[in-house]
Amino acid sequence: MRLLARPALAWITAALTALAAPTALAAAPNPSTAITPASSTPAVAHPGTQADPLDSPRWEDMRKTFFADARVVFDERIKVSGPAVAEDSLNVPVTVDASAVPGVEELIVFADFNPIVKALRFEPGAAQPRLGFRIKLQQSSPVRAAARTADGVWRIGGAWITATGGGCTLPSIGSGSPEWQERLNEVSGKLWPRIDGGERLRMRIIHPMDTGLAAGIPAFHIDDIVITDAEGRTLSRIQPLEPVSENPSFTLDLRAAAPGARLHVAGRDNNGNRIDAWVTR
Amino acid sequence: MSRLPALSLAGCLRGPLAGPLATLLAGLMLGLCTLLALPTSAHAADFDYRLQPRELAPGAWVVVGLKEDFSFANGGNIVNTGFIVGSEGVIVIDTGSSKRYGEQMLAAIRRVTPLPIVLTVNTHHHPDHFLGNQAFPRATLAALPETLAAIRSEGEGFNANMYRLNGDWMRDTEVVVPGRSLAAGRQRIGGRDVELLALGGHTIADLVVIDHDSGTVYAADLLFHGRTPTTPHADIARWLAALDTLEGLPARRWVPGHGEPATDLAPLRQTRDYLGWLAQAIRAGAESGQDMTELFQTPIPPRFAGLALVKEEFRRSVVHLFPAAEQAVLEAARTKASR
Repeated sequence: MRLLARPALAWITAALTALAAPTALAAAPNPSTAITPASSTPAVAHPGTQADPLDSPRWEDMRKTFFADARVVFDERIKVSGPAVAEDSLNVPVTVDASAVPGVEELIVFADFNPIVKALRFEPGAAQPRLGFRIKLQQSSPVRAAARTADGVWRIGGAWITATGGGCTLPSIGSGSPEWQERLNEVSGKLWPRIDGGERLRMRIIHPMDTGLAAGIPAFHIDDIVITDAEGRTLSRIQPLEPVSENPSFTLDLRAAAPGARLHVAGRDNNGNRIDAWVTR
Repeated sequence: MSRLPALSLAGCLRGPLAGPLATLLAGLMLGLCTLLALPTSAHAADFDYRLQPRELAPGAWVVVGLKEDFSFANGGNIVNTGFIVGSEGVIVIDTGSSKRYGEQMLAAIRRVTPLPIVLTVNTHHHPDHFLGNQAFPRATLAALPETLAAIRSEGEGFNANMYRLNGDWMRDTEVVVPGRSLAAGRQRIGGRDVELLALGGHTIADLVVIDHDSGTVYAADLLFHGRTPTTPHADIARWLAALDTLEGLPARRWVPGHGEPATDLAPLRQTRDYLGWLAQAIRAGAESGQDMTELFQTPIPPRFAGLALVKEEFRRSVVHLFPAAEQAVLEAARTKASR
């Protein structure tokens, strides 16, 4: 999205430096040296330390947390779209899109400055590596998508989203009302045939998605959603975590039309409550 | 961001340097601002909103705000407030965005009339319409019951956010919940023939004040003029119904909540046109299976190009209104699937 001039330049400089002096890549994996030169002599200290295009002071922690020794590259083909300013910190619409990269097997989404950083994991399978959903933001933060291809490389894109905050430590609306208990894990979904021959699935699942960070309310969230076709073949899988918005809604695009124009949605929350529903056109 | 140094310099000026020297420096700074092409409509240097009441008809006054969003430069002076001067007293319609605004509005009223304030209404619970309440006599503060409840529950959150958006203009601003509950009806107030209409749609409750002596309708945020309507608490169907009610009034002039007053139905038609398009665009997006981030990209018809902040407000409105539209579509599909 908005790539700031300076970090973008730093990124290119880093790439050129790495090409010119490959031996430098082996040097100094020491984290302290890896962080300090971000603005002056960026991104040659460690194979994973290209300068962060979003210039976030949390990037190095993010890299260690999620990618350890795996190869990580910033890739502008991984798109994160959302509002520049979050109107509602509890429901920030985000679409992550890695469809410009062939062979994506897994996507993770995280926000550097959220108290619970990771928002979800997505195995596209028979779907495009593209997912629309909403998250809670505690404060302004980069929101990033990392896409892993079969070669084990993680490709990362992201965007800063400005937020006034409080999204993760506020109690859910559902936690204060008895109504959701009767409708817990109820799926409302619909399919739309796509011009390209595929099938769009949009669905909303009733769930408080409590983060555990509001006083006296334990973490309670959906943690697994599996989409299968009418013959029981697994098509795609979403594993949400606490930062996904209450009553989460998802948009995903299957590459092929659903046989019988229907799909099955199964899953569970972290308390073992089941999700089980059919979605049709 | 170039506004920040100007603000902190102003902070220094208010301290040790006083009197003519400060005036001289302030003048120099204003000149400098002009040279640097900074917004000169807002005077961050002295926290003076430069409120200029206009008399639309004998006794019917308005203070017109800027067609902008809240900022450190405008200090929240983006709202229209008004007052009606009767033979015995003054009716105040909305108190602005801060304690400073309320104080400066009261001072502006005092330049017009020495008559006592007999009624101060908050037309609805949005912060630019009630955060000046501190400046006005407590016993005169009043609003519709739903507005009182909403100020009570959401006021503090709004106030905190306004400090973030407007900076030091907000200094010492506190939420004052009016003590009096209003009911619709026509009566003599301050020696003036005034009618209160209890409508809604922009928020849970929107009060309209009609000054029958001059034919002036203070429609508050049910009308926007040359500025895109905002929808954080809107019910569009109810809002459109309220516009129908307004259209039936025997009005000679209209005061919108934001934008220029008018002697014709232009603000009403513009507001109705935009809201109708907005509701349709959101419904169509939900029905065709779009996600919110895709709906953000909806082209805005050229006829709305003249509405200030249309691109920004459209995106905000998508966030406000899309979840309900989406839910309607998905719930209908679920009902169908379970049959």
